[in-house]
Amino acid sequence: MSISSTFHKWGSPRWFYQFSGRLLPWLAGLSLLLLLGGCIWGLAFVPADYKQGNSFRIIYIHVPASAVAMGAYVTMAVAGAIHLIWRMKLAAMVMKAIAPIGASLTFLALLTGAVWGKPTWGTWWVWDARITSVLILFFLYLGIIALHQAFENRDAAAKACAVLAIVGAVNIPIIYWSVEWWYSLHQPASISFTGESTIHPTMLRPLMATLSGMYLFFAWVLLLFTRAEILDRERNTRWVQDIVCGEAR
Amino acid sequence: MYFDTFSELLNMSGHGSYVWFSYGVSVVVLGSLIFVARRRRKQTEQHIRAIVRRKQESSSTIK
Amino acid sequence: MPSAGLLSLILAVLQRDVIASLRRGSEWSNPLVFYVMVCALFPLGIGPQPERLAELAPGILWVVALLASLLATDSLFRGDFDDGTLEQMLLTHQSLYPQVLAKTLAHWMMTGLPLSVLSPILGVLLQLPPAGMLPLMASLVLGTMVLSFIGAIGAALTVGLRKGGLLLSLIVLPLYIPVLIFGSSVVKTAIDGGPYMPQLAMLAVFFLVALALSPLAICGALRISVDQ
Repeated sequence: MSISSTFHKWGSPRWFYQFSGRLLPWLAGLSLLLLLGGCIWGLAFVPADYKQGNSFRIIYIHVPASAVAMGAYVTMAVAGAIHLIWRMKLAAMVMKAIAPIGASLTFLALLTGAVWGKPTWGTWWVWDARITSVLILFFLYLGIIALHQAFENRDAAAKACAVLAIVGAVNIPIIYWSVEWWYSLHQPASISFTGESTIHPTMLRPLMATLSGMYLFFAWVLLLFTRAEILDRERNTRWVQDIVCGEAR
Repeated sequence: MYFDTFSELLNMSGHGSYVWFSYGVSVVVLGSLIFVARRRRKQTEQHIRAIVRRKQESSSTIK
Repeated sequence: MPSAGLLSLILAVLQRDVIASLRRGSEWSNPLVFYVMVCALFPLGIGPQPERLAELAPGILWVVALLASLLATDSLFRGDFDDGTLEQMLLTHQSLYPQVLAKTLAHWMMTGLPLSVLSPILGVLLQLPPAGMLPLMASLVLGTMVLSFIGAIGAALTVGLRKGGLLLSLIVLPLYIPVLIFGSSVVKTAIDGGPYMPQLAMLAVFFLVALALSPLAICGALRISVDQ
């Protein structure tokens, strides 16, 4: 099959809907299995960190949430670019679906980070380079959501958000690097927290499980949102009406 | 299991409230994502059913 | 000669916008008044102790300049959008890029440049040490130019919306952060007697990148806003 016909097929909401429907149970099962398994493993079976004690167990939810939130933004920008360049409608639907998911995961990362910080650093919030970067990522997501809601025209909203997502994605490396630099200037001496470098392999394995579980969970929820959006956008087509009221007729 | 008793697992030598709160919030946030996606789908389905019903009614009155 | 034509187009748009904005008056004076007023609020909010003000002055001056530039950005394309000039601009396809460039530069000349020139006076009010004055101006000249280019993307995206103002700040403020970090650092380093040229050079890099890339995004955003 040639590239263009593959592209055409992937761009067809109907094909995507049917294909993703077959994928859904696998994604749901596997992601829940990995997330639950990894969390139980990390909560109850891994030995405590010799420096931080048991509070480090928050890592199994905090790190996957921040990693996936970051990846989600890039995915959103790529979907936006595909939508702008090849006018693929499906990419616009994916893009719209990612924004609330990414914002929720970023929020989760910030909150778990704060809760982790209290027993570790003795304070809920530290203007540390990584935390600040995640906070800025959260702002970027909120901007996208606000821009999308401001438009009444759905196509214009998708295109405007695509432009903003691309501009944001170009800026993210600059922002991250600037924040790193800013933090290196002001680094307070009291914080000498190097949890990542001292992490033991036995602590790492559950993290791999929850990390991959979170990626699959993201894919699962993304498909759920995108499918709902497909139904909404194509509500006047025959195939959607057949799917929704299929049994009746 | 790393902990000897169940109450120790809950307490986590004093850090339990932080750890369990984090996991609780995570369950709520991730669960609500699924819930919102499902609800959006149901609303859309209802909307589409209404469209189809209206279409059928109008076609039957014309006949 | 196409290059001479391009340059004269840029100059013509620049001239037209600057004259129009000078005639209207409020367009260039309002950000300045805002800058002065908000800077005057800080001593009232945090107390008049000179040492404390001096310590906070670089950050305050930069944040308020950033906000003033942001508030002015909303009007960048609004007038042209309302009277249909923007649509005319879009119809002449190949020359949109230089026109956007010229419009943004003209906007900066009417907002960022006066802010930078005025900033030493506010520096005096906020007890900024004399060593910080020139670096403050230099960093603001370069920095507000970057802010204008980034802000123009946001202005182009929201120009077709009725409730643009607050939304513009939401989408643009996170993108302003690197400029703020390096801009205020120039002033702080200068006060401490350190070398501030690297940070200034960084602002210049930001400016060149913004100059090269942001008109692309602005053009795309304007098309979306006009087409909807």
